[in-house]
Amino acid sequence: MADPAAARVHPLAVLGAGSMPGAGATLRALPPACRISLRADPQVAAAIAAAIGLPLPEAMCRANVLGARAALRLGPDEWLLIGPEAAGESLARVAMAVPGPASVVDVSHRSTALEIAGPRAVAVLGAFCALDLDAAAFPVGMCTRTLLGKAEIVLWRSAAECFRIEVWRSFAPYVWNCLEEGRLEFFI
Amino acid sequence: MLLIPCPHCGARPENEFRNAGEAHIARPAEADDAAWADYLYMRTNPKGVFIERWRHIHGCGRFFNCVRHTVTDRIIATYKAGDPRPSLDVLRAWSEHAR
Ligand SMILES: [Zn+2]
Repeated sequence: MADPAAARVHPLAVLGAGSMPGAGATLRALPPACRISLRADPQVAAAIAAAIGLPLPEAMCRANVLGARAALRLGPDEWLLIGPEAAGESLARVAMAVPGPASVVDVSHRSTALEIAGPRAVAVLGAFCALDLDAAAFPVGMCTRTLLGKAEIVLWRSAAECFRIEVWRSFAPYVWNCLEEGRLEFFI
Repeated sequence: MLLIPCPHCGARPENEFRNAGEAHIARPAEADDAAWADYLYMRTNPKGVFIERWRHIHGCGRFFNCVRHTVTDRIIATYKAGDPRPSLDVLRAWSEHAR
């Protein structure tokens, strides 16, 4: 039998190894993570949040961070929970234990994540994303689904000059290459 | 690029959205062939203020209603799906406000 661990390759393993370091903005592939897609009415979601000890953001398009875990509110009844990879099973199990209509789906392997950071990160993202990323319109802690080029992503401003991008794994090389192209402008 | 105010997310670029046709078309409980065809295919298609559905597909995923002028493309107002169709007076007030 094939060893599943041996067959596992990060979707950005090759591209991520070859990114030129640059002063304007750096790109980094993030390690695998546990991801849970939670759909529920806000009242049910609040009960689930209490059970898993992770407060869910009440405002739309905002993220709450607690230690290594984060909850991103992507829709009126939709949250994306992100945590360390090892937390996956327990997080899902606890969430499933809560009564009430809800959908809790492990989507850990649907997406991969990358990070763009640096004083030019906004400009590089702006080459492919139509969102207003000014700090007033898209402050630290804001997150949303959007488009980067032709790929759907979840964009999260985790710090003033740092963004986490969640993308479906088969789209990851495309997103990575878009951002690499955007970075070229700032090597001159 | 148009900026479309999603009632849940705020103003967003139009490429995050999909148009979903005329709003407030209720499925008839009972209908003969003519009424059913009318429900399926006939739309008002006005030149002017039009109430249509949009979906914030690359955002919160929600459908909502949008009042748009079909000549100028001006978005006059948006409101949540399920909210009642605004009266003519309200539409007039919104149009004045958006001018
Ligand atoms: Zn929205």
